Amino acid sequence: MKAFVPLGRSLAVLLGAVLLLALPGRAHAKTEVHFWHAMTGALAEALETQVKQFNDSQNDYEVKPVRKGSYAETLTAAIAAYRQKNPPHIVQVFDVGTQTMMLSGAVYPVWELMRDNEIKIDWNDFIKPVVGYYTKDGKLYSMPYNSSTPIFYYNKDAFKKAGLDPEKPPRTWPEVESFSKKIIAAGATKCGFSTGWPSWTMVENMHATHDQPFASKHNGFDAVEGVELLINGEFGLKHIGALNAWQKDNVFSYGGRTGTADPKFVNGDCAMYIQSSALISGFAKSIKFDWGTGELPHWGAPYKKATSIIGGATLWVLKGKPAPEYKGVARFLEYLAKPEQQMWWHVNTGYLAVSNTAVRNLEQGYHFVKNPKQYTAFAQLTGLPPTPPAALKDRKAAPPKPERVATPNSSGLRLGNFVQIRDVIEGELENIYGGKKSVKQGLDEAVAKSNALLKEFAATYKQ
Amino acid sequence: MKRTVFPGRILPYLLVAPQVAVTIVFFFWPAGKSLYLSVFKSPPFGGRDIFVGIDNFVALLSDGDYYASVVNSFVFAGGVTVLSVAGGLVVSVLANQKIRGLGFYRTALLWPYGIAPAVAGIIFLFIFHPAYGVLPYALSFVTAYEFNWLLKGWIAMTLVIVATSWTQLGYNIAFFLAGLQAIPTSVMEAASVDGAGPIRKFTAIIVPMISPVTFYLVVVNMVFAFFSAFGVIHAVTQGGPGNATTIMVFKLWKDGFIGLNLGSSAAQSVILMAVVIGMTMLQFRFAEKRVTY
Repeated sequence: MKAFVPLGRSLAVLLGAVLLLALPGRAHAKTEVHFWHAMTGALAEALETQVKQFNDSQNDYEVKPVRKGSYAETLTAAIAAYRQKNPPHIVQVFDVGTQTMMLSGAVYPVWELMRDNEIKIDWNDFIKPVVGYYTKDGKLYSMPYNSSTPIFYYNKDAFKKAGLDPEKPPRTWPEVESFSKKIIAAGATKCGFSTGWPSWTMVENMHATHDQPFASKHNGFDAVEGVELLINGEFGLKHIGALNAWQKDNVFSYGGRTGTADPKFVNGDCAMYIQSSALISGFAKSIKFDWGTGELPHWGAPYKKATSIIGGATLWVLKGKPAPEYKGVARFLEYLAKPEQQMWWHVNTGYLAVSNTAVRNLEQGYHFVKNPKQYTAFAQLTGLPPTPPAALKDRKAAPPKPERVATPNSSGLRLGNFVQIRDVIEGELENIYGGKKSVKQGLDEAVAKSNALLKEFAATYKQ
Repeated sequence: MKRTVFPGRILPYLLVAPQVAVTIVFFFWPAGKSLYLSVFKSPPFGGRDIFVGIDNFVALLSDGDYYASVVNSFVFAGGVTVLSVAGGLVVSVLANQKIRGLGFYRTALLWPYGIAPAVAGIIFLFIFHPAYGVLPYALSFVTAYEFNWLLKGWIAMTLVIVATSWTQLGYNIAFFLAGLQAIPTSVMEAASVDGAGPIRKFTAIIVPMISPVTFYLVVVNMVFAFFSAFGVIHAVTQGGPGNATTIMVFKLWKDGFIGLNLGSSAAQSVILMAVVIGMTMLQFRFAEKRVTY
């Protein structure tokens, strides 16, 4: 036994020396910034690449991205971590979680973070419908990151087969109906059109683009208490009624919630599809036929033509971390706000570039002329005509005039319990389409249930 | 019989302490926490809890959707229990014959149990999905009726019952096989000598002789269907169409983890707990009388 003691002691000395040597190195280590997100596949890779670019661009901070599952799972995980007093610095939260985040008391608002760290970002340069969704009393609460809006996709081959002009997608709902019937009659596809995210595309955005209120109190922007849904009005009944009636001739075919209807379009079952603009890059890889994009169809007069609203997610900064670490958070968000990063993110993911400078730069680089599909969403959000304009330097004619107006009804939704409200609406839509309830019954029921949820939310946050 | 008496008072308590500790940490503490949460309204991020008494329960009991989820739970649990226990019994009796390759069959029959419910859900999704499933495509050649469970509630319910029963089948077969092996061959031979056919043997000997196993499996499958059969529904129907496949445990999860309404979610778990305890007690009180040990 005795013989081993010197060895043990020398090992201890050695270990101590190693530790001592290692210590100064640790003191110089970068401060870690934890970033919880919900991106998958190619989008997660893009996010990680962008984070790495930031980490390599400076020596003080190391942003660590961690995937936490779906949007809902990421939010639940962040809430649990916050309650255990160990939150991530940054968490990616989807659009419908906005009101919950704003009222949580757990958030370090982005405007405050930037002010405290003396970083100036010109938020006026950002696309209005995007920052508007996340702004309260003129102050931005979360960092726009991955934003998209629903657009219209169509199968050009099916259009050709039915004798329709493949460069002219329908712009009105009556056109969608007549085109569908022609396409089905020509045997090009089995059904006319389908949609993803039924509440977002067919209820929320249809109300917005027709300048119809989705909920009272300016879609919830003005107050938490007393907000009620208004989707069972004349417009809601008309639009959902039309969709319901169109099922009979297969003009419209319901394909489920979220993105479960995607295969209907990708496989060529349905000739037209309404889904998030963020799917362009995915479709480019998976679709074998010739396809194009267009703006969301409209019912025409007497409804105004208004801009659409966004979806996607933003980055929220959570309270509860040591103050110096927030400097790194601010630096990272500042990095993401740079026009060249906006452009990089747009080109690599299909999500929108959300600053006007970035959009202008993309125009200058002929990006939209070369990728007209990528322009549709910008046009629809800013109200401009759907054809991409020539680059500024080549432009001879006057800039195009807006075709859509931005109105309070089209600038976003801010509802408590919105995740459940979406679930209620989509459930009732299924009851309507499945023939279990009439259009009026279903929408009335959706409104009644949602109002109860809104009331419940207001009671939880009552001052 | 000689009673063992421990010397002193501390040792017996020490010996049961680990078991008591496990029960407290993993059963009573979470259950107590649920009970506590169920009488509060609290914002997701915490900060303040508003005491609301029985408001969460009142809200649930005056909500038509909640009753619908209770009815769905009974339909679902009943369907799964009947299908998986009856199916398991039939298959095990068949697998208990003297046939070639018996070892292989018996092993293979256990495989479905090794598949996680969520994965089973995905498998069924790929087979049955109206947009890309194999079966609807094949059926479209036979009948014009569209088996669209995205819109037809009863088809969706049937689908999740069948899928869940399938995942449970292997477990039930394992127990039934063990029970069947325990039936003395002398009894079966005596029946054969008396001229009993296979059906008579099944009803007069096998069913009564394995009734303890059947009873155990009915209780376990019922509790499983009420409490844990979440993966299949989550993967296949997400509780839809409408709320046609939203069973109590799915609604509880959805309201709590997606809707972030912790108070209501906790109240639902308390009710669910009461329902399952009540049902298990009923089963032990009435059904057990017909069990021959």
